Amino acid sequence: MAERSFKAEVEHLRKGDGDVFTGEGILAITKALLENGVGYVGGYQGAPISHLMDVLADAEGLLGELGVRFEANASEAAAAAMLAASVHYPIRGAVTFKGPVGVNVASDALANLSSSGVNGGALIIVGEDYGEGSSIMQERSHGFAMKSQFWMLDPRPNLPSITKAVKDGFELSEASNTPVMLMVRIRSCHVTGSFATRDNVPPPLTVKDAIANPQSDFNRVVLPPMSYVHEQDKIKNRWPAAEKFIVENKLNEVFGPEKAKLGIVVQGGMYNGLIRALQRLGLADVFGKTEVPIYCLNVTYPIVKDEFDAFCEGKDHVMIVEEGQPDHIEQQLGSYLYKAGRNLKLYGKDVLPMAGEYTGQVLLDGVTAFLKSAAPDMLPSQIRAPNMEAPAIPDLTETVPIRPPGFCTGCPERPIFAGMKLVEQELGKHQITGDIGCHLFGSLPPFEIGGATMGYGLGPAANAAFDGGGERRAISMLGDGGFWHNGLSSSIGNMVFNKSDNVVVIVDNYYSAATGGQDVLSSRAHNDTKSTGNPIKAALKGVGVEWIRQIDHTYDVGHVRDTVREALTTDFKGPKVIVASSECMLNKQRREKPIRNKAIKEGRRVDVPRFGVDSDVCTGDHACIRLSGCPSLSLKRLDDPLRDDPVAHIDQTCVGCGNCGEVADAAVLCPSFYRADVVHNPTKFETWRAGLRTRVITWLQERRDGKRLRLEKALS
Amino acid sequence: MNMVLQQKTPDARVGQIIKLAVMAVGGQGGGVLTGWIEGLARAQGWTCQATSVAGVAQRTGATIYYVEMAPMSEQQPVFALAPAGGDVDVLIAAEMMEVGRAVIRGFVTPDRTTLIGSTHRALAVSEKMVPGDGIADADEVRAAAELAAQQLILADMEQLAVGQGSVISSSLFGALAGSGSLPFPREAFEEAIRAGGKGVEPSLKAFAAGFDAAQNGVQAPEKPLAKPAASLTGPATELGKWQALCNRVSGMPTPVQEMALAGLTKIVDFQDCAYGETYLNRLDHVVTLDSANTEWQLSATAAKYIANAMAYDDIIRVADLKTRRPRLSRIKTEMGAKDANLVELTEFFHPRAEEVASLMPAKMGAAWEANPRRMALLARLFNKGRRLRTHTLRSFLMLHFLGGLKNYRLKTRRHEVEVGHLEAWLKSSLDLVSTDYALAVEMLKNRRLVKGYSDTHARGLTKFATVMGAADLLRGRDDAAEWMNRLREAALQDPKGEALDGALKTVRSFV
Repeated sequence: MAERSFKAEVEHLRKGDGDVFTGEGILAITKALLENGVGYVGGYQGAPISHLMDVLADAEGLLGELGVRFEANASEAAAAAMLAASVHYPIRGAVTFKGPVGVNVASDALANLSSSGVNGGALIIVGEDYGEGSSIMQERSHGFAMKSQFWMLDPRPNLPSITKAVKDGFELSEASNTPVMLMVRIRSCHVTGSFATRDNVPPPLTVKDAIANPQSDFNRVVLPPMSYVHEQDKIKNRWPAAEKFIVENKLNEVFGPEKAKLGIVVQGGMYNGLIRALQRLGLADVFGKTEVPIYCLNVTYPIVKDEFDAFCEGKDHVMIVEEGQPDHIEQQLGSYLYKAGRNLKLYGKDVLPMAGEYTGQVLLDGVTAFLKSAAPDMLPSQIRAPNMEAPAIPDLTETVPIRPPGFCTGCPERPIFAGMKLVEQELGKHQITGDIGCHLFGSLPPFEIGGATMGYGLGPAANAAFDGGGERRAISMLGDGGFWHNGLSSSIGNMVFNKSDNVVVIVDNYYSAATGGQDVLSSRAHNDTKSTGNPIKAALKGVGVEWIRQIDHTYDVGHVRDTVREALTTDFKGPKVIVASSECMLNKQRREKPIRNKAIKEGRRVDVPRFGVDSDVCTGDHACIRLSGCPSLSLKRLDDPLRDDPVAHIDQTCVGCGNCGEVADAAVLCPSFYRADVVHNPTKFETWRAGLRTRVITWLQERRDGKRLRLEKALS
Repeated sequence: MNMVLQQKTPDARVGQIIKLAVMAVGGQGGGVLTGWIEGLARAQGWTCQATSVAGVAQRTGATIYYVEMAPMSEQQPVFALAPAGGDVDVLIAAEMMEVGRAVIRGFVTPDRTTLIGSTHRALAVSEKMVPGDGIADADEVRAAAELAAQQLILADMEQLAVGQGSVISSSLFGALAGSGSLPFPREAFEEAIRAGGKGVEPSLKAFAAGFDAAQNGVQAPEKPLAKPAASLTGPATELGKWQALCNRVSGMPTPVQEMALAGLTKIVDFQDCAYGETYLNRLDHVVTLDSANTEWQLSATAAKYIANAMAYDDIIRVADLKTRRPRLSRIKTEMGAKDANLVELTEFFHPRAEEVASLMPAKMGAAWEANPRRMALLARLFNKGRRLRTHTLRSFLMLHFLGGLKNYRLKTRRHEVEVGHLEAWLKSSLDLVSTDYALAVEMLKNRRLVKGYSDTHARGLTKFATVMGAADLLRGRDDAAEWMNRLREAALQDPKGEALDGALKTVRSFV
């Protein structure tokens, strides 16, 4: 069950000729795929295209009606490999994953696919995870297109342009027998807007029809000497065919006056940002009608030399707006200009920064710097000679704390790290590698466990140098998502084969949780179209792991601590794997809360646990927080002149996971925590028994109160 | 220059674009709020675009949503996908430090920005994990926001919403309507909530609360008047003794009285009036060393920390607090339990051998503590986590019994240790009064370092000893008090005492 359901939105995918679709970018892309007769779709989740996978999963009914096959691939590599169907068969296929880490994983398949060439249109929709909010290293996918010779689309970030790019992409792919990558940036995945829809088109040849008539052609196999022929084919035939298609179908756009001494070349995805800068300088109107000529590259690879030459005709100054580094496009254009011997000044990474996101301010500054040099008269007078000082606003950078993402309230991974932290206090610091997934938050304060992340499913592989053993065993983290993505072979198999003596903690939260709670092989949920319930433990045994400990309730901090300690100290030689399983709390709450509320309404007995802190018992040392970091466990200042430090406090968002109590117990912290179980619709016996208890307890309390001064009111 | 182009006047319609950013903490419903704003604008015949950066930011990290809208026209305007510094009309920040972050990022400018912020705090991990007080200064953020914003609406939007059984997105949406920064009537906003279809009634109530807060401002909560002298009930003899103790406090110098009364209250609540008398005797001794010239700083400080030291956290105190009558009703309110509900309580105790020995009579406890074999036996018998279900009679009776051991408390090993510690601390602090008054005050304040239970308590004691020991290094220096204060602050920065070690190194370098 994915974090977000698109069941309602998916109905909009049925819209046809003359209708208007209003919604999010990723939904628009799905609609465009259906309008363009796609035959099969697949992919692997990850920001920013997780929702695209969720939409496809929720749209499986509609896809089935149209005869479109949907595969939730095991990894990006598996997704890219699926495009092999378009090598021989005239079937359009599309896969999606995140860039550039997903592209890294897929690059083997992408390179082979590009060498073979395609018959049916092959589209790789990449959600480029770059800039603010990105969760990965900052790189570009562009280089992959250059090395493997596939084409790259970077459409303007509005729904009509993005959906047109899907159509253009398929056609370009077919016209040039080359796969095409459609890049959508992090914000254009989630941008909202409208576009005019067309009827959905069932694929002319379905995958079912295709396997009834299998085809093969050894000329398409990547083996010498055919691979040498493929390389020549790319340059001599596919590239020119692509250029021809791009020019004839005007995939790139030119805006603004035809004759001008200056112009700007921009990646399609950066177009809106550029226009906003020009709007702020009074050089473009609200609809984007610009005074400065713009050559908008909706195709960023290949660059069509003739088109670029034509744009530069009669110009003295041209600026390139290209986000990220290396400056692939600028280098290419510079080379064109130099070889043509043109006397034209080229601007780019000199007026704009080489690295970092091109935000509104960066673009405004860059365009201003370009115009100051190329055409100062165009700039508004206040920019040429500012006459007002901006008011001084106090610097808050020292005051405002950073707020990195962290474990959710009630997360089952928190107690795993609390347990590991306790072992660290006991046995000292160990070499620990992290992996990709929510559990990587364990590397942040308050736990600070894990010092590296080398890629999805590669946590234990990243400790391979230490497989030979030593005084202290190395520990690596691995998620269930990472385990099935790549970890089983690259990490676990690697350890078994190399006789590793190290320890692996597999964090099994029943889902690919960080990407939005999609099911994986070992998920416990029933899934109509996928096979779930395949235990990780069985897979571990299958590859030869002998020392396996299964923890079925990660909130038992003491048990986690003892198991980790055992793994680190046992005499057993060989890989030691702990599978720590408890359901992702976000998913659990989403599933159980409505059921619980319904049960309460219907008068059934429901027990709702929540934790609390007795503030008069808490001494304000915050040791509990250093072993938790739960968002619902916070601090409050007491209105008591005798107290200096704020005390722990649990707010109403607590889900009663039990971690607080377990930690207080396992770490021997303090007795201020309590769990309150609110019993809704108690049974008659319970109510009678509670009444009896209350009477006795009240009698005892009153008896004692009668003998002493009662000062509670003054203290509270 | 050979120009074909000339400077143009900016397009007036560009100025009509309303740019609105929402800065939130993941999980606050920023997406819902953005959806309402979008639905509202479209329903009012405007063209609108929203973007967000989802991804892992939703896992409680800082996250940002951005909306642009413009009156409908024949063509689609070109909207930006992200807010730009100096170019935001409305900034909604769903938490006080996010208000600060918005200001830092330049999204709030005096020429145009309406800033709607919630003053409540969702503390960052870095603020919470400090052993002392690491909470960021909200007043600094407020002061900067006042300078940076054109229109500023600050209120505890979280409380306004929760009070109506809703979530913060509703009250913020109400404040947006109340701010008048969007050209749409109130009804249109409410219609957007109804169109959303989820939790409509509570959302509308919270919306109204937010709307009022924006229009009429929020009354700053009145400073609670000085607490009335504790109104007490109890046996007449005890009340008489209490009155006598209060009279003694009234006879103390005025600046000392408030803290002395608070301290006395705590002490009597901890033990009894006789113990209160011991407290006042100790305090009287300090007062005799003090004078009005120094505004009785030493005595006021002593009043606070002697009380804290005398009301130490032993098992008896915890058991007493856990079994008192008002506790259950307090918990019921906090948990939102209704009369028909039952509330069952589980307490988490983990006694160690040390706690058990400390409960023994002083001599016996000391002997057991000195004997590792006996301590090991105690550990075997007692050292394990115990969950006491205090709504049941068995557990309640046990705690009730322990909580009633007050008469025996002053004979325990724990009391002996605490008294020894207290007297040593008082002596080494007060010895300095004649030579360095300010240093003596700082020494008293070091008592703040003693807190926590078990290991945390032991670590606190170690830090306390380290900081107190630095007096030997500092004595005789003009800035001794200042350094003592710095050492204490350093000790409160991290649990391991790394900052303290660094500060001590500095001290050693100049003495």
